[in-house]
Amino acid sequence: MTESNQNAEVNRTSSNAFGKVMGSRILWPLVSLVVVLVFNAIFIPSFFTIEVRDGAFYGSLIDVVNRGSIGIILALGMTLVIATGGVDLSVGSVMAISGAVAALILTETDLGMWGLLPSVLLVALLAGLMNGVLVAYLQIQPIIATLILMVSGRGIAKFITGEKIITIGDESHNYYFDFIGKGHLFGLPFTVTLFAVLFLLTCLLVRATSLGLFIESVGANETASRASGIADRRIKIAVYIFAAFCAVIAGLIDCSNINAADTMNAGVFTELDAIFAVVVGGTSLTGGRFSLTGSLIGAILLQTLMTTLYTYGVPSDVAPVPKSLVIIAVCLLQSPVFRSKARRLVGRGATA
Amino acid sequence: MSTHSRMTRQWLAVGSMIMLSIIGCSSKSDSSSADGSSGENDKPVIGFVQTGSEGDWRKAHTVSVREAAEAAGYELRFADGQAKQENQIKALSSFVAQGVDGIILAPLVETGWDNVLEKAKKRNIPVLILDRQVDVKDDSLFVTYIGADTYNEGRLAAEWLIEKTGGKAKVVELQGTPGASPTINRYNGFRDVIGEESGIEIIASQSGDFRRSKGKEVMEAFLKKHGDEIDVVYAHNDDMAIGAIQAIEDAGKKPGDDIILVSIDGVRAAFEAMVEGKLNCTVECNPLQGPMAFEAMDKILSGDIGDMPKKQMIKDEVYERENAKEVIDSRKY
Repeated sequence: MTESNQNAEVNRTSSNAFGKVMGSRILWPLVSLVVVLVFNAIFIPSFFTIEVRDGAFYGSLIDVVNRGSIGIILALGMTLVIATGGVDLSVGSVMAISGAVAALILTETDLGMWGLLPSVLLVALLAGLMNGVLVAYLQIQPIIATLILMVSGRGIAKFITGEKIITIGDESHNYYFDFIGKGHLFGLPFTVTLFAVLFLLTCLLVRATSLGLFIESVGANETASRASGIADRRIKIAVYIFAAFCAVIAGLIDCSNINAADTMNAGVFTELDAIFAVVVGGTSLTGGRFSLTGSLIGAILLQTLMTTLYTYGVPSDVAPVPKSLVIIAVCLLQSPVFRSKARRLVGRGATA
Repeated sequence: MSTHSRMTRQWLAVGSMIMLSIIGCSSKSDSSSADGSSGENDKPVIGFVQTGSEGDWRKAHTVSVREAAEAAGYELRFADGQAKQENQIKALSSFVAQGVDGIILAPLVETGWDNVLEKAKKRNIPVLILDRQVDVKDDSLFVTYIGADTYNEGRLAAEWLIEKTGGKAKVVELQGTPGASPTINRYNGFRDVIGEESGIEIIASQSGDFRRSKGKEVMEAFLKKHGDEIDVVYAHNDDMAIGAIQAIEDAGKKPGDDIILVSIDGVRAAFEAMVEGKLNCTVECNPLQGPMAFEAMDKILSGDIGDMPKKQMIKDEVYERENAKEVIDSRKY
């Protein structure tokens, strides 16, 4: 059975402590994060300054976790989708729809959060169902199945807002909605609480139950897991709904943060950042074993890089270059082929 | 918002939910093909090739051309390029094949127009270039260009700033999307003016991708690094300035007073920010190019193009927060 096989594999890799550390998939993203932070400590000392303003912490590190929250939340959903061997390209567009629906309900109705939350949850359900059914039942390649919603979703969002930026003005101001993107809890941005709770709940859900193993098993070998009685189609639909759920939360944060639904720009390219975060965090795109902690670190690494580039003042036309260099480095370090070649080179050097 | 549009909006929301479930067929029907509604043969027919629908500004631009066509007594055939040059070229060829009386082209990019414009020239169909420029080997392929001068907008922003600050300020710049022509022109125009003033220094410059959320994120980083040093924010568009305003407020400062903000475009949201006193100045980038285009088209079709310049720039106004209240109601977009 797949499960026992995987357990055996886990036992093998953890046979010695050193191997466990070296083999850990979160080691290299963690090392890269430390490297970027050390770079900052040397060249931008102000990066680590944290002061208290208006009863809340204020500083670059706070910005990283605050602005990174969207990427982190998207990466959580993306991790589970990728673990089943799929990918969800539509999360950016679902973010835009979520923001558009939220802004519309706040500006055009008096329903407030009671109307807003069910509506965006419905958006998540429909979007996730559509992706999931296309992938699980119609057997369409995930990259194509979710591309459909990625392209049409932005059109739907623009249709909802009438191709305009809907600004949530003072007259339709809602305290709770405002709190999502701009509130502070325990001195930290509320977004931090939000992603922390989502992260812990997701970990609990997949690790305290056998759901995580089922997901890994579907990603590792779909036919074998179906033969062993796992409802692989339902698992797939569930992960796409979860990814869409994460996307609408991210959409609410984005919309609340700028007090407007900017459907042209909300969530553009965030699907790619989320995939980056997952891959950098050590989950393979071919499916199977996944690491939520890895994705969390991957997303924080990406945001730290972005904030560093802004703060250090890298000209914007070349800014993507250092970002991709770090990503290539982490991916190379993760690659078993590259590592064994490198080890052999180092070994030869040591014996010579 | 009137109650009527509120109702429509609610129905739109419900409708879009339903659309979500039957998604496959949600591609827009008015794609690259020109909607050739025949009929009233007495009116001259003008084909208009638009870039797409990127946002509020572009929407105002389209509406302006449509209204001006109607007012001037033309039949307008509209083609939306949907952000692809390929679609625009197809639409142009189709207008040429239909034998329209004139074509207005709002090109997405500068290059790659030679072949299709030659087709139009062979059929003696005059082409007017609107908004962005084209780069063709043979200038006679189009009759005239009408558009906003993004380079001059950068200069106007810098001139206003020098006057406002007395030529002494530390500026942070929020650039548009790297490589886009408005970004390049607003970057150069601003620098060419402040280059003559030694007191004005640009201490940081980053791209905010013309987006509110990015403008806010970049401004947050600027505030962390430079803190109280920043006197002025120069944003390449209003949306980024609005994002920056929020970042400045989060840092516990007063936008408009502690930090001066100047931006470009003149969209309605910018005027609202100026009325609230949070934005100091916006340089208009006028999308209402329709009337000028059809005035030129009138002359072209009557053969009166002897003294028509190859390039006609629309005059941009500078609006300050002191007079924002008086003009906000007259703003159409």
